[in-house]
Amino acid sequence: MSVPILKQGKVLIASIQTALTDTDMLRLQDELMAQIGRSRSRGVVVDVTALDVMDSFVSRSLRGIAHMTRLRGAETVIVGIQPEVAFAMVQLGISMEDVHTALDLEEGLALLESLGGEAERGGGGG
Amino acid sequence: MAERRRATRRRARPVVVPSEGPTGESNASLLRELVAHLRRNRTQLRETWARRITDAQLLTAMTAEEIFAEATSVYDNYIEVLETGSVEALQDYARNLSERIIPRGVETDEVLGIVLLLRDVLARSLFEKYQSDFDLLNRVLDAYEPAANRIANTVGVSFVQERERIIRQQQEAIRDLSTPVLQVRERLLILPIIGAIDSQRARQLTEQLLRGIRTNRAKVVVIDITGVPTIDQTVANHIVQTVEASRLMGASVIITGLSAEIAQTLVTIGVDLSKVNAVGDLQGGIEEAERLLGYEVTVRSEDAARHT
Repeated sequence: MSVPILKQGKVLIASIQTALTDTDMLRLQDELMAQIGRSRSRGVVVDVTALDVMDSFVSRSLRGIAHMTRLRGAETVIVGIQPEVAFAMVQLGISMEDVHTALDLEEGLALLESLGGEAERGGGGG
Repeated sequence: MAERRRATRRRARPVVVPSEGPTGESNASLLRELVAHLRRNRTQLRETWARRITDAQLLTAMTAEEIFAEATSVYDNYIEVLETGSVEALQDYARNLSERIIPRGVETDEVLGIVLLLRDVLARSLFEKYQSDFDLLNRVLDAYEPAANRIANTVGVSFVQERERIIRQQQEAIRDLSTPVLQVRERLLILPIIGAIDSQRARQLTEQLLRGIRTNRAKVVVIDITGVPTIDQTVANHIVQTVEASRLMGASVIITGLSAEIAQTLVTIGVDLSKVNAVGDLQGGIEEAERLLGYEVTVRSEDAARHT
């Protein structure tokens, strides 16, 4: 089950629809990294609204993606973490402190705009 | 050997049972007789009972007239149950009575006390009537006592059940009341916590807050704990977790109203509050939240002139 990556201006949107295997997660990471270079993206939004469980591997991978995209000159926002998932993650000690989070896709795009400015402006034009 | 003796005893026991058969039949006629007797002496017995209630200083929350009125209906119900053996009507009555008297502060021991008093008053009257025939008196008491005990039991249980029902109801009311999540501005929620927090309530607060963040699309939440007297380590850790979980949902949390005692406790027990954004009071918290959200509250110029 691969994750579709949509390009919206200078932002890439990856919407995870079902629980992913570890291999799927690594493939998503690879594809995002490649895609950032190809489309010269300034921001990445990973939407996890559909996930009702986030295990430590998924969380660690998302954190990894956030760090890697930063090295490639883009910011990552994780959006759509469900209330139950959020509290379960905190109780497991997965707090993702250095990763941006937002309520949903709209909020995530707004956050990217406030972070980078030009990322979203480019997105509006494209 | 011992085995056999025990077995014999077990076998011997049923022999006793059939002898209760005939008394069971005569019980009915005896009960009828004593019910008739108690009906005949209703006025006098009822007065004796009411007087003994007053003497024993039971039901002090009620006036003498009220006691007498209740005594009358309890007496009539009591006799009826003795006659029919059906406790259902009495259960209804006892529940109804409890509903009326519990708000007036009547205690369980008082209710049990008056029922037991009535039982004694009636037993006395039976003693008096049958004192010449000891054997008959014995049989009358055999018929009377189980019925009377069942009544005392029923009334007591109904009272306690009613009380528990009220307590449950109130607990639910408190639970529902205690955790409002209020929106004061677009994207700004306030969670004023009043009263003690245990871990169950803390969990409930967290759930409500996280759900509130999603439904109101909140960006900033102010948790005001001015009304919380004390916090223990579990609850403190829970609050820290709530703050982090809120952040994962894209909302930042401001905690206000940490009292001097709570602040000291938290530092003493070593809860890590480095991630918590704390502001002195609710007003400051709302101002900080407005700043985070980009609101700017200004006083209109003519008002400002009046203030200065």
